[in-house]
Amino acid sequence: VISHFPNHVELTRKDLMVKNIKRYRKDLDKEGNPLAEKDENGRYIHLDFIPQTFMLPADYNLFVEEFRKNPNTTWIMKPCGKARGVGIFLVNKLSQLKKWSRDSKTSNFTPPTSKDTYVISKYIDNPLLIGGKKFDLRLYVLVTSFRPLKCYLFRLGFARFCTVKYNASINELDNMFVHLTNVSIQKQGDDYNNVHGGKWTVQNLRLFLEGTRGKEVTDRLFDEMQWQIVHSLKAVAGGISNDRHCFECYGYDIIIDDNLKPWLIEVNASPSLTSTTSSDRIMKYKLINDVINIVIPPGQVPDVRWNKIPAKEHLGNFDVLYDEELAQQDVMGGDPRKLGPGTFRGKRDGSRPSPATWK
Amino acid sequence: MGDSNYSKAYIQTLIDELKTSKIYTDLQCAAQVEIAKPTLRLSELKKGVLNGLVNSGWDRKLRNAIYRFLQTHPKLQFPSPPPEHLKEPLVFLRKAQQAWEKRILKSLNSMCTDLNIPLARKRPEKEQKEWAQKWTELGIDGPDADFGWEACQGCAYLSQFRPVYAPKDFLEVIIGLQNPNYHGSDTPGFYHLWGIVQVPLKVKDIDELRLQYSDMSINQCQSGIDDAQDIPSELFEQERVKLGKKVINTNHGPLAQEFSKKGCPTSMRATLWCQILAVELDEIDILYYEQLKTNVLQHDLLVDSLLYKDVKLTATNDDQYFVFEDFLYQVLLPFSRDTYVLNHFDYNSASPPKSYIRGRLGMDEFAVNYPPNGVIPFHGFAMYVAPMCFLYKETITLYYVFREMYVRYFFRLHSISSHPQGIVGLSLLFESLLQTHESDLFFHLKSVGCQPLKVAFKWLVRAFSGYLSSDQVLLLWDRVLAYNSLEILAVLAVAIFSFRKTNLMKVQSYNAAEAVLADLTTLQVIPLIQLSLFSK
Repeated sequence: VISHFPNHVELTRKDLMVKNIKRYRKDLDKEGNPLAEKDENGRYIHLDFIPQTFMLPADYNLFVEEFRKNPNTTWIMKPCGKARGVGIFLVNKLSQLKKWSRDSKTSNFTPPTSKDTYVISKYIDNPLLIGGKKFDLRLYVLVTSFRPLKCYLFRLGFARFCTVKYNASINELDNMFVHLTNVSIQKQGDDYNNVHGGKWTVQNLRLFLEGTRGKEVTDRLFDEMQWQIVHSLKAVAGGISNDRHCFECYGYDIIIDDNLKPWLIEVNASPSLTSTTSSDRIMKYKLINDVINIVIPPGQVPDVRWNKIPAKEHLGNFDVLYDEELAQQDVMGGDPRKLGPGTFRGKRDGSRPSPATWK
Repeated sequence: MGDSNYSKAYIQTLIDELKTSKIYTDLQCAAQVEIAKPTLRLSELKKGVLNGLVNSGWDRKLRNAIYRFLQTHPKLQFPSPPPEHLKEPLVFLRKAQQAWEKRILKSLNSMCTDLNIPLARKRPEKEQKEWAQKWTELGIDGPDADFGWEACQGCAYLSQFRPVYAPKDFLEVIIGLQNPNYHGSDTPGFYHLWGIVQVPLKVKDIDELRLQYSDMSINQCQSGIDDAQDIPSELFEQERVKLGKKVINTNHGPLAQEFSKKGCPTSMRATLWCQILAVELDEIDILYYEQLKTNVLQHDLLVDSLLYKDVKLTATNDDQYFVFEDFLYQVLLPFSRDTYVLNHFDYNSASPPKSYIRGRLGMDEFAVNYPPNGVIPFHGFAMYVAPMCFLYKETITLYYVFREMYVRYFFRLHSISSHPQGIVGLSLLFESLLQTHESDLFFHLKSVGCQPLKVAFKWLVRAFSGYLSSDQVLLLWDRVLAYNSLEILAVLAVAIFSFRKTNLMKVQSYNAAEAVLADLTTLQVIPLIQLSLFSK
């Protein structure tokens, strides 16, 4: 039993993830699937969950065209192969990207190695602020199989807060403490507190949003996040080698903007399992415990032929997010409400099936 | 109003108060608007105007105003008691409270002279401007920062402050209370009460509590347990939400209070609390808050640093409330300038401490209340505000709701009085309930040197804020508001001891007992209270 899929980079490298999602959307569009519905501006209604992204240097010219259309926007540059906030910076002028410009007269253009590639995404400059501070969400998703897709969502996710108040002004663009929520960066700030580590549980976030914004919009937000996770997994399901010996626990990073719309930022294949605070340690312990219970049913020798449907009591703090095999079985059983593989009936009105009905 | 429960004098006070309040002038204006309407007939002047006022919701507003008055002014007995008796009828408790206050004030003054900081000083212009800019970010740039305190350099500034007192100091005072009439002998005889509180106040027993909290009994569905995610919502949640929406739309205080007896659904809690506390903000309230904020900017009080220190020690280190640090300053600092709070001292056994203008010690004409609202904060004070940050994202609403909660309930948790909901009464209630219903546990803990109240006291003083997880604190405070009583805090404390009984029976020392009861964050309060009250 191995804790990674061989080519998980299809999901976890920022450029490959974007490529796969874009291709997935186009495929659904071609099929005429109602999920791929677009609004009058040509933007996807249900599948718009990653900020507009370009690969550099490959899409440099496309990016410049887009940038010139809206010159006052901020973009964020992230190196493809790195993690923990290393090498990320914000850009609001084309001059900051001289290195990738093919028109540059000073440098000889050398084809970049895969280490040099960057993605540049539209920066979400209106993040939801709580207590005036920016935060992002870290959710853990366990995938035991891609075809059929079996994924489980860990209930005890958390929000990571910046220690400094959010300030969208131009002179603060370089202040990484304002903009990047990675713990490895915030840890170095003056105000970092290692009792709570700037981490807030998802339950507290939910309580706050329900209390101040209302239950319907909060439920819709969390529903949307779950949809996004499933879409992202479905997008790469075709490309990942579905070895029966493998499972993987991903760390999903999501940012919520102040219209309560979630945006998928990235997926990490090896989310940090070290802990910064005592409650963190307890949570990660539970995470590892539950993952092992789901992947290898307790008391049994790991068996490749096992059907990978864990008993309810082994789920622990995980909820079944989507189990394609079970959904298929339900369809065979004649229940018209359940979904079959690849055919989504999701409509964004009252009759939306929530992930709970996909079991 | 032919209600014989209220004397003529009481009704007259009510009418006088209403006449001087804003609602009177508003009603007059609204009535004039009604009269000017062309549909009104002269023959039916009075009826027409009354109907018009009712239709535009004015009777609701008037009812809420009366309801608010009723809640804050207890019925007067006849003959009306002297003012000190309204505060506290028992002389020995009154004296004890005064002695305690003297101690606190002395401690405050000595800290002042030791650190060589004035109790209050006017801020220079530059500092005022800086504070105005940083008003929403006080968590980072407090007195620790470079600006402001020229007298004290370095970041060790705040560490020089100590909280004026902590709950355990207060507990020592309460333990020492003795009724001089009760027993005169030196030998501890059977006159002594079981626990450490030796003041024989009348407290409710379990049957009275069962009656009082009958809406929480096990056969009634409650928000907080029966609307959890894994229970199908048709069973309870949908009906509750529908009913809740109707209640909120009628905007009637007593109705909201009655509804909340079974707990508030999370999304409606903020509005329901506002209706129960009769907090409705208008332009005058907004201006008043701005005025308080200006007071904070213009003058700096020693109490501010105490509040800072308290927030930094408690809420900033709490993994549930650290996010709201800045809101806490924006509520607590103006709170300490708010002279409206002085009104509550009419029925609080405490009195606002007085300080004297420099050089005029002892001369009454130069005495001022210090701090302006008369409340000296203690260690943990900021936690009274913290759970409410989950409900209100505008600081102004948060401020007024907190202020109302304080002058109605929280003040009782840190002053010595004979009121059944005062902290002495609650402690006694806790001890008597625990002793009556869990006598073996009580005896065992006493014999290993752990008086149960010593562990539970800090929970009671803070109304469990910071000890339970935030959603549970809010569910608990729903009941405090709905039943208009803090007694549920003592009931919960007993329930927790009951729940952890098996482990507690095994402990052999005070520290071990404290360790068993150290972490309450996994507890669900409503099932515990139901078990404790209704299943014996």
